Amino acid sequence: MISQIFILSSKGDHLIYKDFRGESGGDAVGVFYEKVTALTGDQPPVVMSHKGLHFVHVRQGGLYWVATTTADSSPFTIIEFLNRLSALVKDYCGSLSEKSVQMNFALIYELLDEAVDYGYIQTTSSDVLKNFIQTEAVSSRPFSLFDLSNVGLFGAETQQSKVAPSSAATRPIQSSREQGGKSEIFVDVIERMSVVIGSNGMLMKADVEGEIRVKCYLPNCSEMRIGLNEEFSIGKSQLRGYGAAVRVDEVSFHQMVRLDEFDSHRILRLCPSQGEQMVMQYQLSDDLPSAPPFRLFPTIERDSGGRLLMYLKLRCDLPPKSLSQELSSPDQSAELKPQSRAVVWKIPRFTGGMQLSALFKLEVPGLSSASLLEVGPVGLSFELPKLTATGLQIRFLRLSPVQPGPSQRWVRYVTHSDSYTIRI
Amino acid sequence: MPYLGGEETVRELRRALSNPNVQSDQLRYRNTILKVIRAMSQGVDMSGLFSEMVKACATVDVVQKKLVYVFLCSYAALNPELSLLVINTLRKDCQDPNPMVRSLALRNMTNLRLPSLVEYVEQPLAAGLRDRAACVRRVAVLGWAKLHNLQASSEIDAAVVNELYSLLRDPDPVVMVNCLRALEEILKDEGGVAINKPITHHLLNRLKECDIWGQCQVLRVLQRYRPQSEDELFDILSLLDASLVSPHPPIMAATLSLFLSLCSGQPAVSLAALERVRGPLLAACGSGSREMRFTALCHIQLLLRSIPGLMGAHYKRFFCGYAEPAYIKQRKMQVLVELVNDENVAMLLDELKGYCTDVNAETAQAAITAIGRIGRSYSDRCLEILTGLLGLKQDHITSAVVQTMRDLVWVCPQCSDTVCFALEGCEETLQDSQGRQALLWLLGVYGERVSSAPYTLEVFIDGVRSEASLGVKMELLTATMRLFLCRPAETQDMLGRLLHYCIEEETDMCVRDQALLYYRLLHCGIEETRKVLQGRRSDPSLGVLIGRPAEPVSQWARSFNTLEPLRQGSIETESVSRGSPEHTMFDPKPNADLSNTLDCSRIEKVHSDGDGRCSDSSADILASSVAAPLSLSLFPALSPEEFERLWLQQLALHAEQEEAGKEDFVWMEECVRCPTIPRCSPQSLQAAMQLVNIQTLAFTPPQTLPWRVYLYTHTCLDDAPHSTLILGELLYTGEEPQKAEVHKGSADGGVGAEGIEDEQARQGMEATADGGQEAVKVTLRQQPRDDKALKGFLSILTTVLHTLSSERA
Repeated sequence: MISQIFILSSKGDHLIYKDFRGESGGDAVGVFYEKVTALTGDQPPVVMSHKGLHFVHVRQGGLYWVATTTADSSPFTIIEFLNRLSALVKDYCGSLSEKSVQMNFALIYELLDEAVDYGYIQTTSSDVLKNFIQTEAVSSRPFSLFDLSNVGLFGAETQQSKVAPSSAATRPIQSSREQGGKSEIFVDVIERMSVVIGSNGMLMKADVEGEIRVKCYLPNCSEMRIGLNEEFSIGKSQLRGYGAAVRVDEVSFHQMVRLDEFDSHRILRLCPSQGEQMVMQYQLSDDLPSAPPFRLFPTIERDSGGRLLMYLKLRCDLPPKSLSQELSSPDQSAELKPQSRAVVWKIPRFTGGMQLSALFKLEVPGLSSASLLEVGPVGLSFELPKLTATGLQIRFLRLSPVQPGPSQRWVRYVTHSDSYTIRI
Repeated sequence: MPYLGGEETVRELRRALSNPNVQSDQLRYRNTILKVIRAMSQGVDMSGLFSEMVKACATVDVVQKKLVYVFLCSYAALNPELSLLVINTLRKDCQDPNPMVRSLALRNMTNLRLPSLVEYVEQPLAAGLRDRAACVRRVAVLGWAKLHNLQASSEIDAAVVNELYSLLRDPDPVVMVNCLRALEEILKDEGGVAINKPITHHLLNRLKECDIWGQCQVLRVLQRYRPQSEDELFDILSLLDASLVSPHPPIMAATLSLFLSLCSGQPAVSLAALERVRGPLLAACGSGSREMRFTALCHIQLLLRSIPGLMGAHYKRFFCGYAEPAYIKQRKMQVLVELVNDENVAMLLDELKGYCTDVNAETAQAAITAIGRIGRSYSDRCLEILTGLLGLKQDHITSAVVQTMRDLVWVCPQCSDTVCFALEGCEETLQDSQGRQALLWLLGVYGERVSSAPYTLEVFIDGVRSEASLGVKMELLTATMRLFLCRPAETQDMLGRLLHYCIEEETDMCVRDQALLYYRLLHCGIEETRKVLQGRRSDPSLGVLIGRPAEPVSQWARSFNTLEPLRQGSIETESVSRGSPEHTMFDPKPNADLSNTLDCSRIEKVHSDGDGRCSDSSADILASSVAAPLSLSLFPALSPEEFERLWLQQLALHAEQEEAGKEDFVWMEECVRCPTIPRCSPQSLQAAMQLVNIQTLAFTPPQTLPWRVYLYTHTCLDDAPHSTLILGELLYTGEEPQKAEVHKGSADGGVGAEGIEDEQARQGMEATADGGQEAVKVTLRQQPRDDKALKGFLSILTTVLHTLSSERA
């Protein structure tokens, strides 16, 4: 049961406030922000209490999404709901930011009104909600001529660009209805890697958490079929086909996915509703099909002038040309962040098979030989487009009934580094 | 954001709202209302516009209606009279052909929260329950709950309650779930909605139709159900099995909660359910949402209390991510400590070592504390890491390491040599008061082994004038006193200076009183001082608890899936700063269940910093006079033959010795009540004894009568010039024991009043305890005689036996 919901900007501005039960009077928002700011560091605990008021919050899009509740309510439910709410807001407003929330506050009040009544969650399904939501989203992006770039002369689709513009998936779902926008569907395979590589170069831990998300802008779509690799297998015992096995440890599906063709042909059948939804989640631990994408060869020493020398050699072990064909010299940058005591080395583009090295000289007051032990670990954050660590691929994507007019289907693969740590 | 608010804005908006030109243009009218709402949600008081907004309510534009209702519901309480005007519009809307308008009107009618309007609301609500559209029924059902809470005194019509019960069979699942919610609130005084067999089975059958929120609600309500037979129970469980491994964490958690409450009488089934949720919980731990990860981690900690080995194979999943927030990292480390075993200890320590140099000081401290916790089982490896960390010469790391070492030494006295060696030179890096207190405590207690101890203390004493921390001053006083007892020549002068300063110049009452106390104590003579000050150095009995016994599930089942487990951690992280270890255990509690003391120690630790300090210190003194500062050792080793020779020889001489009154050794007999001990396996008994340095020499097999164990140890008391040898026999005959007797050769001068009282209390207890046949008779023989050491030994032995027997029970 939720008493109040409010959304605060990171600076503490009240963006949305709704009191469902009118029980806990007083200035809950103020109390919450006071508690957040009273803490040192940027990471307030998820649950905070103040005189019988219990605040549960999540951070999404740089905003605080806060619910106040009673002590015995389920944290799983409330956190899941707040995440779902932020996803809904993102679906309806196009993007998630202080500005978009501010501009669409009427829409968000309407959403909240339908989603929660008297503190009880009624529905969060965008299929149900779209019948009730009347307010139109205000897009926070100003109108720009560049948005028309892939619209040809006389407004005809050019069909030439094979790559979806990056902004294509950040638009409000409802605009497709009113503005007769493109009917598009995006299927994203997103994997998050968390890897620990020991100081001797040994792979100590490698986990992949993956998900398939569907973002649907189709006004009417009765069924869609997603075909995965034929040799996709689950668990250790079950191996299929003779090709390189694509194996994961555990899989779970959204409840709307029908699996009658999954065992035989690895096909997922579902009726997507508008907006974004998770179709499938999977995990793989400790048994990657290929070597980890990046390797580091560090040398740390102290030079005669008492400076700390860090010589880092970073190699990308992906097959060449798997990332980008541009071989222009990457304009890297490096910066020392005294606040977090870290050197940040930014590499905008890194081609497979390439090797980069950098030499950092640091003036450290009172450097001793023991201080060398304090250096490290190296954390890499990266995004590998068009690549999945598990090797999962989407063979085909079929919609039925066949969409009339120019409907577009996009499949995107991306692997993020959840945490890629290399010990020194 | 532009600056809004004040009279000016309100006046301007009012002018716009009442402007007929604006009113006739729908878009402009709506935009003006938007401005009002925007200002309202930014915290500007807009209540002055109430009457204008009431007028704006009467419109065909649904969007505008919704906006106005948002406004009205916020300010209705301030304008009850004007709100009456809205009711008409709302009631009219309730007749609207559009179900959306009907539900909107009904919802907002009940959201106005005005008791004066109740009479107008009841009729449309009753009609709403029978509406054709499900969305209206959903609102109407909850509306009754709102109405009930608005005027809790008045009874809701029984007919309405019946109607709500019948709506549980509504075809719309949300209406059904809302009925449950409404009935729960309306019937709160009667304990909520009646959960009988037909309702339960109806709800279970329709569970699949609900969305995840509905399912969670139904599962929660069902927790009150008690199946009538075992068959029914297992039917329900197998029906719910799919929900238990649901990919949605809320459903998984709600189902597990239900399982635990249904199976409260069947621990084996509960444990199987815990095994089953391992997969989904681990998946939630890797969820994309940090908050969800955190929640899952906190609940995994609960599960580990009952099945410590549950996640053992998956320890790598709890390695900290590079960019994870500190609160997740700290939780993960707490979990990692629980998962340590012989196979993974090397990997785990290596990983934890990496966190010790984390940029976030709190995370680094948590990592060091975690290593210290593991050190209770794997002391050598951990001490090596901790000593290595001192080399970094970072103040926050050094402080955390010294505190961890202090806590470690308190539990594992065998580490003291390494720690004493490592302490040299730490004082230069230590900055914060907690770390310096820990260092002072160690120097006071182990001063005779740290060669530079007096010099370190001297630096502190020279700087005492500028010392700000009360805790450090108190600890400094005690440490200097203790050091004076073992190294008087080097310390006498500085102790004098310190006492002089504290008594003459110190402004803080606590410090001054403490100093005066010590001063007077010194007047009583060195022996008295020694008795008071040299409290025990360690509590090895705590070490037995490293392999914590599994708690029954019922201990935490109630707090599962509530906010409780998420909050506990914040207390735990605060307790990073705490006082000396001995403060946590000022009562030796010879008969208490040790798992209790371990649990509450955290809380006591929190209390013992800051102002609670003074009382703690006095308690400390009390405690030290009760429990002798005793350590046990196994060396020199005693062969079984030698043991037998000594034992028999003394047995024969026993009578003569008593008559002669010549005290070379002492006999003692005592009964310890520990019912399950004789059924313990010899291995576990031996292991437990060895942890506290007691060697067992011979056993009878378990379950045989009479059951005997022979054991020996050497005690060394701090102030005693030589060690004593204790031989012991545990005897369990299975018959009624004779009243516990204590044979003592002479008047017990050294034991002190507390000792006698303790003895009497124990005898009294023995006598009153019904059927004390489960007692084990302990016969001890000590040579040479030292009552204090014997007492201390007995209390350690008793503790071990009690711990063992509580583990068995």
